[in-house]
Amino acid sequence: MTLTKADLIQEVYKKHDLSKAQATAVVENFLGIAKHSLQEGEDLLLSGFGKFSVKQKNSRRGRNPQTGEELMLAPRRVITFKPSGLLRHRVNGGE
Amino acid sequence: MNKSELIAALAQNTELPVREAGAVTGTILEAMTAAMARGENIEIRGFGSFVVKDYDSYHGRNPKTGEKISVPPKKMPFFKVGKELREKLNR
Repeated sequence: MTLTKADLIQEVYKKHDLSKAQATAVVENFLGIAKHSLQEGEDLLLSGFGKFSVKQKNSRRGRNPQTGEELMLAPRRVITFKPSGLLRHRVNGGE
Repeated sequence: MNKSELIAALAQNTELPVREAGAVTGTILEAMTAAMARGENIEIRGFGSFVVKDYDSYHGRNPKTGEKISVPPKKMPFFKVGKELREKLNR
């Protein structure tokens, strides 16, 4: 089983006094705000869940593992996620 | 951005009271936490996915004292950024 956006919308619809359209809009908005913050290079800290950090990677020499060919990897930004203590606790069977 | 800033922006965009936007935020994060606690993965198109990885127990060392310790088996959530967000980050 995999949790998807549709499941999140269903959960919000079930637990709150909102129409299906409102529940959809609020979930889309939540994700949109989160994405926007990260796109701007700003970290996103969701207490009790975890922290998304945007990290700058410099250009470096890499290799195509299939052909062994050397190539230059461009500088890029990546996102790392550090789960909160609470999330790690829950994932390991804690209340 | 932290959670209360996200809730404030969510309330403004959706015209919901801040209290309701906060409650919905709690529902979303709890649904994601509960799914991972059940060992399920999460896949949110455009944003990214979460995978729960299993670790076997292993012997480690306390880096400060050099003392040998046994680390019990554990699970850890991992996040992988989605294609759309990755591309937007690197435009």
